[in-house]
Amino acid sequence: MHVAENHILEKAILDMGIQTLIWQVTKKAFTGGIIGLTISDRFCSVVPVRGDSMSPTFNPQRDSYLDDYVLVDKFCLKDYKFARGDVVVFSSPSHYKERYIKRIVGIPGEWISSTEDVIRVPEGNCWVEGDNKASSLDSRTFGPVSPLCSPLTHYFFTDSEHSFGVNSRTGHSCRVASSKTTQTWWIKLLEKEKGET
Amino acid sequence: MRWLRYLNQWRGTAKEAFEQVSIVAKFLCLIHVTDRYIISSTHVQGPSMLPTLNLTGDVILAEHLSHRFGKIGLGDIVLVRSPTDPTRMVTKRVLGLEGHRLSFSADPLVGDSSISVVVPKGHVWIQGDNLYASTDSRNFGPVPYSLIEGKALLRVWPPRFFGSLR
Repeated sequence: MHVAENHILEKAILDMGIQTLIWQVTKKAFTGGIIGLTISDRFCSVVPVRGDSMSPTFNPQRDSYLDDYVLVDKFCLKDYKFARGDVVVFSSPSHYKERYIKRIVGIPGEWISSTEDVIRVPEGNCWVEGDNKASSLDSRTFGPVSPLCSPLTHYFFTDSEHSFGVNSRTGHSCRVASSKTTQTWWIKLLEKEKGET
Repeated sequence: MRWLRYLNQWRGTAKEAFEQVSIVAKFLCLIHVTDRYIISSTHVQGPSMLPTLNLTGDVILAEHLSHRFGKIGLGDIVLVRSPTDPTRMVTKRVLGLEGHRLSFSADPLVGDSSISVVVPKGHVWIQGDNLYASTDSRNFGPVPYSLIEGKALLRVWPPRFFGSLR
């Protein structure tokens, strides 16, 4: 009789132990999830880059199996002030679930020449184009992009081989990891932008 | 030796301070997630949605779940980021989804000329209820679906107008 009762008691205590354990784990996971979500909305988040419409800036090798990962900064969403040369992430105007990453080539009020005519970029929109003009679906196809709807921009990049931080917005000083390759890359990028604009 | 003792004294306080700060931080994160992803309250004002919404300003509750699942329908009042000024949010009614053909009159005061458009894929047509005092899709064209940020649920202030919005 006593033995049976002890067994039942032990089982009850064990059950409670497992329950509290599960509860603790769920609580921690929930808190962690919420904090992670807030950080990724307000500070920065990591976004994989697919496709080669932005070669050679991102995904320079066509047949590498690893995508580039980009650190995307969210502070700019406060003011929505973008400059020509910024690389931004935006939702496609025709498929709202898809996100593209391209470079801003025209800011509101500028005139862009496309194949047949000259288009003025309307207020609140931006003209984006991929660096690899040959294989890039961008504003030349779907027109000026409405305020870079959704999570956006700015590019530090870390990829599988080297990690370095480059802020390719013209005029911003950048915190660059101390390494020779990094610095030369920054200089190359800056020169390239100067050449383009 | 003395500073070791001071360090030990401060360790307890520092730990407690850290705990309190982390509680506050977690609370703020929870508020952010609720406000951005579940439900939030907004103050709306302006004449463009008369008579549904008042001129002097109402506080409405908006939920942020429907647009993520694509469940915005015709006639819903939505909170949309303005396509002409991305720092502003506007409240309008959805009058056309993608593929719909709409006709509207270019100038409601003058009257008869009517323009017909087809809403392109991935866009919606928004219009204010007050046709005479609203800048909406008749001015800036159909807006991409991704600019929609929330759907209005009900109005909570002023109290005599409490209730769901239709």
